[in-house]
Amino acid sequence: MIAGISIYEILTLTSILFFIGIYGFFTRENLITVLMSVELILNASAVNFVLINTYLYPDLLQGAVFSIFIVALAAAETALAIAIIINLYKLIYSVEVKDTETMKY
Amino acid sequence: MDFSYTILIPLIPLALFLILGLFSKKIPASISGWLGSLGLGTSFALSLYTAYHYFMDGKLEGVYQTFIYKQTWLVFTDKLHIDLGVLIDPISVMMMVVVTTISFMVHLYSRGYMHGDDGYTRFFSYLALFSFSMLGLVLATNLFQMYIFWELVGASSFLLIGYYYTKPSAVAAAKKAFIVTRFADLGFLLGILLISYYTGTFDFQDLTSEEGLLIAGWGASASFMGLSVFTWGLILIYMGGVGKSAMLPFHIWLPDAMEGPTPVSALIHAATMVVAGVYLVARLFPAYYFVEDGFALQVVAYVGALSSLVAALIAVTQTDIKRVLAFSTMSQIGYMMLALGVSKYEGHEGLGYMASMFHLFTHAMFKALLFLGAGSVIHAVHSNYMKDMGGLRKYMPITHITFLIASLSIAGFPGFAGFFSKDEILVAAFESNKLIYFSSVFVAGLTAFYMFRLYFNIFWGEDRKYAHTPHESPLSMTIPLIFLAFMSIFAGYIPFSQFVTADLTPFTAHLDLPLAAIASSVGIIGIIIAFIFYKKPNDLPERFANAFGFIYKWIYNKLYFDELYIFVTKKILFGIVAFSASWFDKNVVDGSMIGIGNVTVSVSNKIKGMQSGKLQDYAMSFVGGIVVIAMVVFYIWIN
Amino acid sequence: METIIFYILAAIIILFAVASVTSRKILRAVIYLLFVLIGIAGLYFLVDYNFLAAIQLTVYGGGIIVLFIFAVLLIHHVELELEKTALKKKLIAGALSAAGLAVTLWAISTYPFPETTATYTSIEVADIGRKLLSYEDGGFILPFEVISVLLVAVMIGAIVVAKGKKLSEDRSPKTEDGSEKLIENN
Repeated sequence: MIAGISIYEILTLTSILFFIGIYGFFTRENLITVLMSVELILNASAVNFVLINTYLYPDLLQGAVFSIFIVALAAAETALAIAIIINLYKLIYSVEVKDTETMKY
Repeated sequence: MDFSYTILIPLIPLALFLILGLFSKKIPASISGWLGSLGLGTSFALSLYTAYHYFMDGKLEGVYQTFIYKQTWLVFTDKLHIDLGVLIDPISVMMMVVVTTISFMVHLYSRGYMHGDDGYTRFFSYLALFSFSMLGLVLATNLFQMYIFWELVGASSFLLIGYYYTKPSAVAAAKKAFIVTRFADLGFLLGILLISYYTGTFDFQDLTSEEGLLIAGWGASASFMGLSVFTWGLILIYMGGVGKSAMLPFHIWLPDAMEGPTPVSALIHAATMVVAGVYLVARLFPAYYFVEDGFALQVVAYVGALSSLVAALIAVTQTDIKRVLAFSTMSQIGYMMLALGVSKYEGHEGLGYMASMFHLFTHAMFKALLFLGAGSVIHAVHSNYMKDMGGLRKYMPITHITFLIASLSIAGFPGFAGFFSKDEILVAAFESNKLIYFSSVFVAGLTAFYMFRLYFNIFWGEDRKYAHTPHESPLSMTIPLIFLAFMSIFAGYIPFSQFVTADLTPFTAHLDLPLAAIASSVGIIGIIIAFIFYKKPNDLPERFANAFGFIYKWIYNKLYFDELYIFVTKKILFGIVAFSASWFDKNVVDGSMIGIGNVTVSVSNKIKGMQSGKLQDYAMSFVGGIVVIAMVVFYIWIN
Repeated sequence: METIIFYILAAIIILFAVASVTSRKILRAVIYLLFVLIGIAGLYFLVDYNFLAAIQLTVYGGGIIVLFIFAVLLIHHVELELEKTALKKKLIAGALSAAGLAVTLWAISTYPFPETTATYTSIEVADIGRKLLSYEDGGFILPFEVISVLLVAVMIGAIVVAKGKKLSEDRSPKTEDGSEKLIENN
């Protein structure tokens, strides 16, 4: 609980953070920066878990535990994604989104 | 009595066809010719033996028996099944003899005629295939087996007409023959289906027996346009015969079929295949005679008479010797048809039937001889046209004599084979239908005239400038000529009415002297006119032709039948029917399909940008979708 | 006091987040992201969830950001400027994000969150640990194990993927051929 701050303000903050991440995901042209946007999205949701836990269910721990899981997953995801990006760079000497459109086929 | 060995008669040519056809590259020409001749010789001997055996011992209480050996093949219902087998009765034995005789002679002859040709072995394999199919047709036990071999005969005829497949005209002629006869065979097939549907059987025995459903039940059968369906079926079947036998109006393929090698013309287009139509009617004769009181038989008679007249008229004007013979063939087959058409069924009343078969037999001999003789002439002068011939009697004595015999025989000169058979036909016609009789007598005169026009033009008259001096053909070609010449004289003395009759009961036929005198005098008049016109070169024929003017031109152009067909097919079928059909097809059927395709293509062109393969674009659509769904869900939730 | 700190943190988070997704200098973008993560760690401190805040700082600030920086350095020059994004795309993305945000905020503002009577103190590490390893009702032993297996798998996977093949001999710049290779490798 943060004194003087209601859940609405916190959720507003995380929503803004979330959609900034979404915006970044849409607009960034580089895979690394796209990945960074994903980190923003993940963090926004992790904060949501923790704060909803503390505000609405103070006697429980689920949200807190889940946020730990989220951090673990985020670390794993980032490591793997960066490995893929580096490999991609080795293959096509580019990490631009526009060069990776093989999904089209 | 056991006639099951007769199955060998068609099987030997089949084996020959397979051997020669499959190993045509391996077997040297010298062997294949002998092999073919030997095989057909065996068939020939076997069929002679069969004929002897059958006609001597095949009677039971004075009636010829029918022997059937068959194997059930395709079963549709208990009664309706297609069998394969052999049927031995007088006409099939007679036809078997004709086919094997002519085929054997043609094989012998071809050894000389085709000498040095590239496709020598191929030619003999085709000949064997043809002989097999024709014998299968003759021995068929049921309509469907006959139809199968009927088509096989058509196919082998196609192969043989188109034998010189590098020659465009031969290819066109083969195609024309195949398409025209195939069109006619459509009628045959429909007829078979109609008859078998209503009677529930294909079997000749059932179809022609007087207790059978076809004959006994026609009165109770369904009718269509005032005629019994059985009559329609028989007329449709006859349509197939009309096509094969080159009767009006399906005769147009026959003159063109002369593009094939001459022995082929002798075998197929003179003696055997073209009489298949006659054989078909003869085979089903009781049905034709009894159903609807012989209405279908009337059709047969009039088509035969008309064809015979028209063909004889056209033959008078043609200049290609093989075409003259082709029209002559058509005319003579018309004779056989009309003889069948005017025939009655029992005893001496069935004279027409007997006469038709008799004429079929003698005609096969002398017409094959004429063709082979013509082939010999063509072989010598390397041209088909009368203008390139003349005075050949000095160079080719054997051909000359045999050709003369054949011409006399076909002209009905007393004592020759054609005289007897033609006389029987005229008697039968006289007894039944005067109109047909007079037309036939006129045709007899015309026949004599055009045959001797041919004869004088080839063997008399002035010598032409030949590239090299014509010489008599080799022995391999003259021996068949001599044999057939012998047959052309003496075949007439066979007491045919003792052997082949409509009701299988022998009777004694007499020469009707007054009628015979009329016929032979008409023939002799024809010969004399030809003698005057063509013995010495003079301008009589030209003046005559000019006097008739456009009639002559009309007939010379074969009464414009080909042009009529071309008009019908090109202008009416292709021009109007096909054009509008294709317009409909292109604009409505295809148009709607193409329209759907075009719309799909343009829509997909518009929206294919969405499938950019870019992760972000997909994510955008995804988020956009979620936003919309979320809006809707919240909106509903609030309310 | 906490209110003010919260607003300061919120301002930091939002400002640097925006900077992070718009900056065209990639290394700067990474550093801005670091600030955002630190700001979030601050939020965790504010609610007395010190354990998670520590994790946030070490794993994110210490691990992931370093990983990003290494990746950037492996691939780009530090000074490299990113390509400009097309304005149209920016507008669409912006509109879409704004719409999404509007819907979310609308939903949040209209949703009646239940009042709670229990008082919150802080989340202790010991509780978390017990909870994670508890196999009774509401225990997290299974997800915990799954996550550990996942982490091992990811570790091995990352090594294998990043190791990859040797660089091709010619080191030619990106080509159509290059993208062909990608297909084959996938």
